[in-house]
Amino acid sequence: MRLSYPAHVRVIRVPCTGKVDLVHILRAFEKGADGVYLVGCLEGSCHYEQGNFRARKRVEQAQRLLEAVGTGGERVQMYNLTSGEAPKFAQYAREMSERILALGPNPAKLAAAAAAGRKTKEA
Amino acid sequence: MIVAKGKPLEDIIAAVQDAQSILVAGCNECVTVCEAGGSKEVGVLAAALRLHFQNQGRKVQVGEITLQRQCDREYVSQAREEVEPYALVISLACGVGCQFMAEEYTTLPVLPGVDTLFMGGALERGVWSERCQGCGNCLLGLTGGVCPVSRCAKRLLNGPCGGSTAGKCEIGKEVDCAWHLIIERMKALGRLEDYEKIIPLKDWSTDRAGGPRKVVKEEVRL
Amino acid sequence: MSATTPSRLEKMLRAGHQAVTSECGPPRGSDPQVILNKARHIKDHVDAINVTDNQTSVTRLCSLAACAHLKLAGLEPVLQMVTRDRNRIAIQSDILGAASFDIHNLLCLSGDHQSFGDCAQGQNVHDLDSMQLIQTARHMRDQGRFLGGDEIARPPKMFVGAAANPFADPFEIRVPRLAKKVAAGAEFIQTQCIFNLEKFERWLGLARERGLLDKVFILAGLTPLKSAGMAKYMKNRVPGMDVPDEVAQRISGVPKESQAQEGINICVESIQRLKELPGLAGFHIMAIEWEEKVPEIVERAGLFPRPALD
Repeated sequence: MRLSYPAHVRVIRVPCTGKVDLVHILRAFEKGADGVYLVGCLEGSCHYEQGNFRARKRVEQAQRLLEAVGTGGERVQMYNLTSGEAPKFAQYAREMSERILALGPNPAKLAAAAAAGRKTKEA
Repeated sequence: MIVAKGKPLEDIIAAVQDAQSILVAGCNECVTVCEAGGSKEVGVLAAALRLHFQNQGRKVQVGEITLQRQCDREYVSQAREEVEPYALVISLACGVGCQFMAEEYTTLPVLPGVDTLFMGGALERGVWSERCQGCGNCLLGLTGGVCPVSRCAKRLLNGPCGGSTAGKCEIGKEVDCAWHLIIERMKALGRLEDYEKIIPLKDWSTDRAGGPRKVVKEEVRL
Repeated sequence: MSATTPSRLEKMLRAGHQAVTSECGPPRGSDPQVILNKARHIKDHVDAINVTDNQTSVTRLCSLAACAHLKLAGLEPVLQMVTRDRNRIAIQSDILGAASFDIHNLLCLSGDHQSFGDCAQGQNVHDLDSMQLIQTARHMRDQGRFLGGDEIARPPKMFVGAAANPFADPFEIRVPRLAKKVAAGAEFIQTQCIFNLEKFERWLGLARERGLLDKVFILAGLTPLKSAGMAKYMKNRVPGMDVPDEVAQRISGVPKESQAQEGINICVESIQRLKELPGLAGFHIMAIEWEEKVPEIVERAGLFPRPALD
């Protein structure tokens, strides 16, 4: 449909959101991602039956862990749609981008910059 | 198998706050099966810890390893090269594995990353239930294969007590009354008249009460 | 059959009278006057007074000490002992302690789980269960020996009792369970409080058919309801309790100010009906924190004055 969505969303395709493991979400943040979201089929319509339910559970787990380590649980979200709902896909991308922009960069990047800044001052 | 549950992340973080480097060590047996300390859980905990330190602007090396078994001295000592570079180990094995690690790596702090709870089995994915407390004197043959020591909240050998309601224990609806289960089983076996046989006082000296226990099989020792 | 112990409760029962017992809860402190005052309300209307043992796992002055105070005041106590809090050493030791005060009645119980009380984080013991406690007390009395085999100097002379709950599940083993307690050595039984008279009569009938009423004295437990709220609570929130709809409706059907009196009326009428049951050995009236009502209940039920014993 050639709808536009924000350029800083990197799309990684998986055969089912159930393929995304908790550690993949965490590693994305380790590597500097400011936000991660999963877009899966409507609940009840998963091609593999329960894949998107497992994904939702893992997203919820990730939210708790990210909150506990100071990254922020709101940076990870689960969305559902059908393959025919392209406008929704674009809408979710915009929603997520707006949310992340409001939250600011991944705190790890800010902390690293602050640490580097202190080092330069000391040098 | 031994069933354990991961400690809250906040507690683990608090315990390793000052660490310079951390090795998260999992185990491929019981804690893998009860999804508390296998390689998946090792990966998650290590990533979470790295994120935590990153968010503080600190560079702390967090390594990952999963041993075949931590309750085996051979496997534990074979990992020496991977373990020694670290300043602290978080063991996600059960209390046995955690101790075996500490016994081998005596100059390294080994902290538990899980709470070990009981001997039990899986009822369904994600639900594990207690079945044995290791009393050392198994009387399952007398109770139709249902253990009153581990499944009765009062470990009554001649139950049920007066609090048994609709097949559930007085402590909560989620807990089956062990004696209700025993009676049902005895009915199924056609042995309900055995209910009136009094099970005598138990010898608890083979249980925890008798002191730390050892099993020695002389036939296999040279 | 003549009494085997100096217990006045046993004497009353073996003389063929319907006995009346009641209970007092010790204080959550160390003042013995609290329990002595409660006991004085009821002493002329009952044959023996049970003292509860950290009931519902709420820590109180221990039953043994409270019984000793009652005994020294000339009253007849029934020591309630739970297996939750003591191992077999303490059990035998406490039985000897009771015997040293010439306390001759022991009610053997498992005890409510500690999660109900004020020390939910504590351990429970259950080295023995109530069945094995009955056996132990009988062994100490009849063989004059400790569990370990040594002789006891001045063995205890306990009249041994146990609890029974005709209303707990499953019903089909409630009489076999009674038979088991009798086989273990129980000489008297105090039941859980009865609101479902019909079910109790059925249970007692089955016990009678098995010949158990010739071997054990059964005292029917009763508790006067104080309010509709109490009826509702006991009906819905207490494990092993059976409060029929008619009873709950009866007490909630009267205005609030009259509910306490209605509760007493229900209790009195229950006694009057159960009195007629052949083989029923007596009544155990549990009026917790309402001991002052026991005299009225006993008198209106026609059980006062208590028969004299030589």
